[in-house]
Amino acid sequence: MTISNKIILEAKNISKYFGTITALENVNLTVREGECLGVVGDNGAGKSTLMKILSGLYKPSKGEMYFYGKKEVLESPRDSQNLGLEMVYQDLALAGNLPIGENIFLGREPIKSFSFLKLLDYKKIKELSEAHLDKLKIHVKSSDQKVEELSGGQRQAIAIARATAFNSKVVIMDEPTAALAIKEVSKVLDLINGLKKIGVSVIIISHRMDDIFAVCDRITALFQGTNFAEAELSKTSKDEVIGWIMGKK
Amino acid sequence: MEIKEINKESLFLKSIPYFEKYGILIVLIIMIVGLHFLQPEVFLSWRNITNIFKQVSWQSMLALGVFIVIVTAGIDLSVGSIMMLSLMVLAITAKSGAEWYIVVLIPLILGMLCGMFNGLGIVFLRMPHPFIMTLGTLYIFRGAGNLISGGSPISGFTDEVRFIGNGRIDLTWLGLDETQYLPVSVILIASVFFSMWLFLNHSRTGKWIYAIGGNPNAARAAGINVDKILVIVYSLCGLLSGFGALILAGRADSGYPNAGLNAELDAIAACIIGGASFFGGRGTVLGVFAGVMIMGILRNGLNLMDVSAFWQQVFIGAIIVIAVYIDVLRKDLGTRK
Repeated sequence: MTISNKIILEAKNISKYFGTITALENVNLTVREGECLGVVGDNGAGKSTLMKILSGLYKPSKGEMYFYGKKEVLESPRDSQNLGLEMVYQDLALAGNLPIGENIFLGREPIKSFSFLKLLDYKKIKELSEAHLDKLKIHVKSSDQKVEELSGGQRQAIAIARATAFNSKVVIMDEPTAALAIKEVSKVLDLINGLKKIGVSVIIISHRMDDIFAVCDRITALFQGTNFAEAELSKTSKDEVIGWIMGKK
Repeated sequence: MEIKEINKESLFLKSIPYFEKYGILIVLIIMIVGLHFLQPEVFLSWRNITNIFKQVSWQSMLALGVFIVIVTAGIDLSVGSIMMLSLMVLAITAKSGAEWYIVVLIPLILGMLCGMFNGLGIVFLRMPHPFIMTLGTLYIFRGAGNLISGGSPISGFTDEVRFIGNGRIDLTWLGLDETQYLPVSVILIASVFFSMWLFLNHSRTGKWIYAIGGNPNAARAAGINVDKILVIVYSLCGLLSGFGALILAGRADSGYPNAGLNAELDAIAACIIGGASFFGGRGTVLGVFAGVMIMGILRNGLNLMDVSAFWQQVFIGAIIVIAVYIDVLRKDLGTRK
């Protein structure tokens, strides 16, 4: 799927203050359908704060968010999930003691009712999760395998599968390759490219220029809590982006 | 030749998950067979088996309560004291001449409230570890039980209360002997364990309890209200302790101040022997049942063989260490690549 010009997510003039500290000041961000947007910036530039605002974990002090052109106020991560906005956390929010399928459906398990008894529908969990893993071309032995038995890259893949299992439109990834072995990085990058093909937009925060240049269509740089620079991938270079991170144009 | 070797190895590796699930039952069966050979006349007699069940009946409730707390990577040291306080209040209520159903409901409700107090304390006072909150309530609840009873036993309950702990279901209609009855406590243990298995393995809340034990941050990120689930878990643990009080009341026909003293340690031991992990997220209801039975059968068998109570302590301690060491070995095998 080629990137359309349809804007899915738009954040306008977002500011966030923690007491007297200004984390973000009038930041704008747009994401189009099927696009991968790279967000870069030095530590403390406000990337994570912005992502937490987009995913509903923080409320912005000022500014508005539009989803498919409609203004939305997010009170909690549940609100953003309901809109189709999912976050893949840096520390991989998976429960290692549970199987893959149950992790994918954690908190949203399908159930079957026997009058007053509401029991987990294990068959459906297995079927739906395996179908979803197939769709994303994630290969595991079985969805019954416990997550703790998987490698770091496989876990990252399951975390991404979890984020996209419920018809999500935008997936936010915070340093998705930071904790991975080099040979696993490419698998996760392939997965991100796969998401774009099925029309899911991706926002990726990363320090690794190679990753950004492998998957992103557009790059935006934050510097000290403000929009610093932005460009289509084809119109910039690694050196230029590294300059942006340091505050040089 | 070589192919055979590989098959042997893979069969061994394939059996590891089954050993993980049912290994503790194998230990239990070996113990039963062993004791049968050591005491062929007595051990497997109807009378002795029902005795074992009656002896472990209230302890099994405490163990099950502590187990669900351990699954969340928590601990409840106050179960023995909750049981004692519930028992004393039950006794006072019974002595005041209340209707039997009130006497039966009181320990359950009180136990649940005590557990809820633990849970709310852990969540809202932001205790660094449940150990501290429940260590505090271990003293508080036992002290309260002594205060209301004046520290002396209260005896003599109605038939309905006695029936729960000591009742017999006649099986002569099956052509069995009159001494071959079914204790009511067996049915109670079976139904409570079954309900808990259903709850933990087949309900959303049960799955979330395991998820919290596995990774509380993952549970939070999945939109699970971790604090609420923790309060539910500690309340359930208290409810089961109150249920233990009810069974003990029927069995002892008395409320006594030393009831449940050190019972929290037995309960924790049964969970650990049964394969629960202090790090949370691991263990099964079946394992807890096996843990309770192993401790009960060990005590019973050693009694039958006239081994002193002091040796029993040594053996139980050794079993805890061995059981966990087997678990460590199993994990080594499971993770070797």
